[in-house]
Amino acid sequence: MIGAVEVGLIYGVMALGVYLTFRVLNFPDLTVDGSFTTGAATAAVGILNGWHPVLATLAGFVTGFIAGGITGLLHTKGRIDGLLAGILTMIALWSINLRIMDGANIPLLRQDTLFTPLRDAGLLGSWAGAGILAVIVALLGVLVVWFLTTDLGLSLRATGDNGQMITSFGVSTDYTKTLTLALSNGFVGMCGALVGQYQGFADISMGIGLILVGLASVIMGQAILGQRNLWLAVFAVIVGAVIYRIIIFAALQVGLDPNDMKLITALLVIVALLLPRFKSVRGAVGRTVRPKTSEPAPEPALAAKEA
Amino acid sequence: MLTVSHVTKTFFPGTVNERIALNDLSLELAEGDFVTVIGSNGAGKSTLLNAVAGRLAVDSGDVIIDGRRVNKLPEFKRARYVGRVFQDPLAGTAPTLTIEENLSLAWLRGKGRGLGRGLTRARRDQFVNKLQSLELGLEDRLTAKVGLLSGGQRQALSLLMAGFTNPRIMLLDEHTAALDPQRAELVTGLTERIVAEGGLTTLMVTHNMEQALRLGNRLIMMHEGRIVYEADAATKAKLGVRDLLQEFANIKGATLSDKAFLG
Repeated sequence: MIGAVEVGLIYGVMALGVYLTFRVLNFPDLTVDGSFTTGAATAAVGILNGWHPVLATLAGFVTGFIAGGITGLLHTKGRIDGLLAGILTMIALWSINLRIMDGANIPLLRQDTLFTPLRDAGLLGSWAGAGILAVIVALLGVLVVWFLTTDLGLSLRATGDNGQMITSFGVSTDYTKTLTLALSNGFVGMCGALVGQYQGFADISMGIGLILVGLASVIMGQAILGQRNLWLAVFAVIVGAVIYRIIIFAALQVGLDPNDMKLITALLVIVALLLPRFKSVRGAVGRTVRPKTSEPAPEPALAAKEA
Repeated sequence: MLTVSHVTKTFFPGTVNERIALNDLSLELAEGDFVTVIGSNGAGKSTLLNAVAGRLAVDSGDVIIDGRRVNKLPEFKRARYVGRVFQDPLAGTAPTLTIEENLSLAWLRGKGRGLGRGLTRARRDQFVNKLQSLELGLEDRLTAKVGLLSGGQRQALSLLMAGFTNPRIMLLDEHTAALDPQRAELVTGLTERIVAEGGLTTLMVTHNMEQALRLGNRLIMMHEGRIVYEADAATKAKLGVRDLLQEFANIKGATLSDKAFLG
């Protein structure tokens, strides 16, 4: 359970990135599946070459940033549809990631990582360790909120909200879109770097399907906590990432196979997307479509169990 | 202040749908001129505004703002000189951002946007001051999301945002057409005031003849991509809706759009 919370907090970094594209920019960005592994691969190679873990993690941010920037340029300057631009970068990154790692897998056994001090102090797997992670991820959340309230951040938010309007006030939406995609994938790459260090290896397939994990975190978290203001919207995303891991943990506890998790993730996203509609149907018709649907969390686990 | 010189714009050239939207059109606005533009549907009024704003690239001719040829400047760069209010009341504001955030975005028209705080005490004070002039009570709702406002309120806000940084050119594209008569009247009154206070050089497209006569110091009538009638301040003061309709009939010889009559 504590492990699930720890992992959830680490994946909260990725969820922050997905929030930037999916909610702020209103852009479903599939680059994530590739840039996550790119960040992990970069950090792993860096650590093997004796870089300081902090530097290696930041390097993961940089390579993710570049990957997102490429998707942004394909979409804005190349006028390629957003989904396709993301897919193109994601697929291309597969080969690049193999090049970076010079293979499909890099073990980080007995290497000094960001988590070594925590592990040595016996804090990993304890609530104290989870607390430390929570503080660090919360600081990143504060950073995101701060950024989105700057002049530049406001213009990014307006780009996703009403591109025509912000263009008429002198902002190039090509620039703001590309920057948002780059920053988003920077967070995703950094998250990949952290996950690689946490689990002790980087692997070519570690990013597959990850966009759904990010979407599940964003959608579920904001469905539960709402997004009345920026603080709530951003921190809901981190909470969502933790909830997602707890659901996965629960699903494994009830005997589901790890191979079922992609299906469960997809079901989670579908349920979280459809729930608001069922609510409105229920409100309009005045009868219950499903009993007790106010809690989106347990639904899919139960459904999967029955199946 | 604004010179449109022999501008031509053809849509779908070389196809059966070819349509000449602007046909060797020339227009000159002196500083502080407020020109109302009328004409039937498809006369090229909106195309003219889009050509000035940079949303459309012209096929030939020049657009010159404040002595500077801006043909090559993309829309977002021309925005430094050009304020715009669109027909759609939802088009000029960002719905999920608050009133003060929207104002802050507009406040920085054409300026670089960095990592400074988007909302400072000083800016808020300015915004309260400006919002009070709208007399809609929006100054008490600075942190309300703009999506919660009514169409009329949003259009009034759009107008304020487009004008309060005193852009060189103000473009109003039928900005009262989508509002009910009462709201339209409110926004028309605000337009008069904001343009007058800022001394803005303004080009306003309208379907409403009374509005075209009431506002501004000059009036032009467009037909098939050309200016077919022009009234200066002295003439305009004496014109009535009937005179305009007569002009219309003279020039076109025949059909007027229903909208022109209804206006």
